[in-house]
Amino acid sequence: METLWFCIVAVMVAMYVLLDGFDLGAGAIHFLVAKTADERRQALATIGPVWDGNEVWLLAAGGVLYFAFPLLYASGFSGFYLPLMMVLWLLILRGTSIEFRNHIKNGVWILFWDFLFSLSSLLLAVFLGAALGNVVRGVPLDDSHYFFEPLWTNFQFGDNTGILDWYTVLVGVTALAALMMHGSLWVQMKTEGPVARRASSVASWTWWAVLVLTGLLTMISFRVQPQIIANFKTWPIGYALPALAIAGIAGVQFELRRGKELNAVLSSCLYLVGMLTSVVFGVYPMVLPARNPAYSLTITNAKAGDYGLKIGLVWWVIGIALATGYFIYVYRTFAGKVSSTSDSYGHGD
Amino acid sequence: MGSALDVHRLHFAFTVTFHYLFPQLTMGLALLILILKTVHLRTGDDHYNHAARFWAKIFGINFAIGVVTGIPMEFQFGTNWAEFSKSAGGVIGQTLAMEGVFSFFLESSFLGLFLFGEKRLGRLGHWVSAFLVFLGSWMSGYLIVATDAWMQHPVGYRVLPDGQLGLASFWKLLLNPWARGQYAHNMLGAVQTGCFVMAAVGAYYLLAHRDLLFGRTFVRLGVAVGIIAAVLQLMPTGDIQGKLIAEHQPVTLAAMEGLFVSQEGAPLAIVGQPNLDKRRLDNPLQIPNMLSFLTYRKWSAHVRGLDAFPQDQWPDRIELLYFSYHIMVGLGTIFIAVMGFAAILLWRKRLYESRWMLWLLMLCAPMPYIANTAGWMTAELGRQPWLIYGLMRTASGASPRVHAGSAWFTLLGFMGMYTVLSMLWLFLVYREIDHGPEVAVASPVLTETPVLAD
Repeated sequence: METLWFCIVAVMVAMYVLLDGFDLGAGAIHFLVAKTADERRQALATIGPVWDGNEVWLLAAGGVLYFAFPLLYASGFSGFYLPLMMVLWLLILRGTSIEFRNHIKNGVWILFWDFLFSLSSLLLAVFLGAALGNVVRGVPLDDSHYFFEPLWTNFQFGDNTGILDWYTVLVGVTALAALMMHGSLWVQMKTEGPVARRASSVASWTWWAVLVLTGLLTMISFRVQPQIIANFKTWPIGYALPALAIAGIAGVQFELRRGKELNAVLSSCLYLVGMLTSVVFGVYPMVLPARNPAYSLTITNAKAGDYGLKIGLVWWVIGIALATGYFIYVYRTFAGKVSSTSDSYGHGD
Repeated sequence: MGSALDVHRLHFAFTVTFHYLFPQLTMGLALLILILKTVHLRTGDDHYNHAARFWAKIFGINFAIGVVTGIPMEFQFGTNWAEFSKSAGGVIGQTLAMEGVFSFFLESSFLGLFLFGEKRLGRLGHWVSAFLVFLGSWMSGYLIVATDAWMQHPVGYRVLPDGQLGLASFWKLLLNPWARGQYAHNMLGAVQTGCFVMAAVGAYYLLAHRDLLFGRTFVRLGVAVGIIAAVLQLMPTGDIQGKLIAEHQPVTLAAMEGLFVSQEGAPLAIVGQPNLDKRRLDNPLQIPNMLSFLTYRKWSAHVRGLDAFPQDQWPDRIELLYFSYHIMVGLGTIFIAVMGFAAILLWRKRLYESRWMLWLLMLCAPMPYIANTAGWMTAELGRQPWLIYGLMRTASGASPRVHAGSAWFTLLGFMGMYTVLSMLWLFLVYREIDHGPEVAVASPVLTETPVLAD
């Protein structure tokens, strides 16, 4: 049962990364692909009606994490207190800038919000990546099941870790590159004209960055978190997951050259899913590794009572089926390219 | 730990108080907009559709701030109240997660269609989107109230072998009697906010001699729904809430009412300042025997005062609790009077010309916000010193490793950010009101479907 919930949380996080990933990425590359006011409006219109729904996956995943693994929620959220609060501030700034930019037709007003939108998207991508890095590397949990990490230390190798250190920043930068690629593929698919052309070129160079960083990070991660190698040795079937990531990243390049925009986006999704599931598979059954493995939080010691998990499964299945229906409906309504003359009224809330 | 605990409490109190300024209008307006859309659907009169369009713009601004200030609430359970989350997450995580899965997905998917998809959806389709947005926001309200209700009156749980609390009955949690009473009371409060705001904007147009037809519609709808909500707020929902407190939190009742000494035929204090040093109410103005009657329907009933309970069970901010409660009840009574007079004038067809009443309606707009805030302060301060009533004290619920410095840092950050959000809200909502419904009708924002139409 707890393994099932572990998978459910992983699926929800993956959905979040795939969906909000492209709109975060689109935000990060906002000024790279859109030069004029009209183009910026067009670029924003590619995510306008969907970004808010995408972000709900983060909240829903958080909620599920809360009731399925309360100890993880308590320990992780209080331990990552400062960076999480900053993530919240960034989410507030980002949501506000998308929603309020169109209320006043004034170049200065709009430029201000667009800048804030792009900056907060970029920083969110780095922070979320760094968060993942922290989880993989492990945190200084002790026998109380709590920890509190400083924001940064000295950025040197060794045990003196911080939320931001050489390893987690590297993961953050890799995440930014991957989401920039993901976002530019999305923007390319949803637009035409100069914006699409620039998105395509961003996709091309970020692809190389993703390739190099992924390779580097993979090698380092095996050393930082020995459990990963152990898991792959125990269950060799797991090699299928990194294989997915490799197929995905190769697919992006292949489809880009063929000019199949949708396939390129899907390949990028495959890459992200492959990477995430590899990580998740690598740390299983831990949910929050400790620097001292004896204190790690695992699915067994962090899980909620069995009755709650069972009943949760019932409503979760119903709720997610409904949500999937809404998403299919909204994305269908939003299918096709955003024309360069269309307005970008930020939808969602 | 003492000072860190205070900062954590202030942190949550500040962020949740600010947050709830927005959902109360969202939920109230969602109902009123749905009424306007329904009238339009049934009569085909475009006037009501245009009125709905105008309010949808304000709804959109308000909703956006509600969403961005709501996200921190879910996070704070883990960041600032880790011990509580560790212990109770298996229970209240259920309702919180259900809110995400059932409400947020629904709202986020259909709000965009409701705000911008009118042309594409057609009349019935657009009504459906308005209904789904209403449903999502009201369901969200229920799940949050159910979460709070469990903290007020824990049911359907059991203690697990590791000492933490686990869910024992899903339906008991979901249908907690406390949640049902509190939800009805709370939603009427939200409807009152919507009604007072709508009536105030209408009154402003009438007083300013502009947008007269819309002004009349807004005043009419605000007053017609407002009087019903104002009365139901007191009877039966306020009464139900009071009985629940009397039964399950008698010490809270004593503190709310400022009743220091147990007595038969207890009086109801209208005003007065609780004096904890001397354990009495200073300068009291009381109605004899009234509290006994209201609580037990018997003029001479015995009501337990604070002296009947050990002091470590007393709410720890008695003065604030007392005043919150009295402000809520006082304003609620004034609302019945204001809406009652306005309704009589409306019925006698003299409301639109009655300048003093329109002025009163216009100036009342902030009042339901104060009343709703005071109501929630009553509920939450009344729950003290417990975090989960009778099970876990607030003092033992905070995050052990988050010290006061970190909490102050983030609290100040939220204060700064929310100051900016307040200014934005005032500025943007004022702009919409100033532009007026006539402009909203002609505005391309809603008549076209910019992003959706390709």
